[in-house]
Amino acid sequence: MTNTGSNIERILDTGGFVVTSECGPPRGADAGVVRKKGELLRGVVDAVNVTDNQTSVVRMSSLSACVILKEMGFDPILQMVCRDRNRIALQSDLLGAAALGINNVLCLSGDHQKFGDHPQAKNVFDIDSIQLIQAVRRMRDEGKFIGGEEIKGKPVLFIGAAANPFADPFEIRAPRLGKKVKAGCEFIQTQCIYNLERFERWMAMVRDRGLHEKCAILAGVTPFKSVGMAKYMKNQVPGMDVPDEMIERMKGVPKEKQTEEGIKICVETIQRLREIPGVRGIHIMAIEWEDRVSEIAKAAGLLPRPQLP
Amino acid sequence: MIVANRKPLEEILEMIRPYKKILLLGCNECVTVCAAGGQREVGVLASELRLSRAKDGNEIEIREHTLERQCDYEYIDQIRPFVGDYEIVLSMACGAGVQYVAETCRSKLVVPAVDTTFLGVTMEQGVWSERCQGCGNCILDKTGGICPIARCAKSLLNGPCGGSSGGKCEIDKEVDCGWQLIIDRLQELGQMDRYEEIIPVKDWTTARDGGPRKRMREDLRL
Repeated sequence: MTNTGSNIERILDTGGFVVTSECGPPRGADAGVVRKKGELLRGVVDAVNVTDNQTSVVRMSSLSACVILKEMGFDPILQMVCRDRNRIALQSDLLGAAALGINNVLCLSGDHQKFGDHPQAKNVFDIDSIQLIQAVRRMRDEGKFIGGEEIKGKPVLFIGAAANPFADPFEIRAPRLGKKVKAGCEFIQTQCIYNLERFERWMAMVRDRGLHEKCAILAGVTPFKSVGMAKYMKNQVPGMDVPDEMIERMKGVPKEKQTEEGIKICVETIQRLREIPGVRGIHIMAIEWEDRVSEIAKAAGLLPRPQLP
Repeated sequence: MIVANRKPLEEILEMIRPYKKILLLGCNECVTVCAAGGQREVGVLASELRLSRAKDGNEIEIREHTLERQCDYEYIDQIRPFVGDYEIVLSMACGAGVQYVAETCRSKLVVPAVDTTFLGVTMEQGVWSERCQGCGNCILDKTGGICPIARCAKSLLNGPCGGSSGGKCEIDKEVDCGWQLIIDRLQELGQMDRYEEIIPVKDWTTARDGGPRKRMREDLRL
């Protein structure tokens, strides 16, 4: 036990089931937007991810939005991508985050800048997500920077990463998680799960390797707002696996009922995920749809959340 | 080889707009193989420039000359007797060649007619593809002979990322996922155990990040 102060770690330590969601910072300097999104998640989640210039679009920095949410009483998860910062800047921000009372970090490679609003930018990728996990772990547990120098005042952070069981090649997806665990990852949030059959196969491979015992798997879900969104996720988002029967199910209801159908599918998915051995929590990614997270969590039987002292 | 692309005619015309006497300099090495700046391309570009300038009633004199290499003094020396007769040198060599001609012929303006792109191979007639970024610290022994620095869009040393789909990279369905290629190769070689080793953070001092690079072999120096 590391005692990072993280709600995720505290709930996992007592054998509990974790619920997280995410808050995408605004494309401007208005702290009110973050607070408004935060209010919608109050009492619904144990910790909240704050994305780091997701899809390579410039937004308020993850660390700033984390601090705003922290002031509101949340336990934020600082997402960090390797696309925009080298090892000097990443380690500096890790120290800053810990100094500001952030308890969790999610280590990611980051989307390529081609998808964002500055495709002409130079990318960094000095280190990758697995090396970032290793770096945070070493900073926290050994008090050493990547360069080997000693840290005065270790950053105490609970260390997470992402896993995409739906990307290719499938056969290395569990070994890849194994590398993240070996690097020091303590919790995983997965890509949005629509293909439960494939997710179950991946979880079986994860259990075969005993990875679920060393690292908590939080299963990711995203509700469809419409059949259009479902099709977009299927055809346009790399590494996303939306089975045809889900598109058909969305198509099968009248347009004005599609939103409710999307939420219904999401709730049913959560209920199935909870039954899978080794799944320790749910990560609800309702992109720019934070007002429905509470409803989804309630319908899926995830409320009330445990009161932590 | 170093792979380059001929610049668009309009861009070249703009660079040489004020000049009437031009030395158009090809290179017989890489840019010849990748059909960007060899003798043949020198001929084609010279014709295009002459035609275009004649059409505007602004005739131009071009001397076409192709050197064995533009990255060696001894070959550049061959243009010394006549370079003074021209107002500008338009080089069709890679960026190294253009700069070396400029360093040698200090009184002349030397401008590029090609964009230098990458270190690569010929895939088929008319198709070239990147293989190396010259990072100065080769790890091909660890990755099945396929370079993650050059062939993964994020240069991940422990890939693939979550954007690898059907063997292709998230940035473009036409681009192979470098890590899919590495894994396929490791499987062919029976070396999949290598995949599970974490490759540590890279020392970039041997790459561009360490500053301009220079190599010296004392035993070969005169």
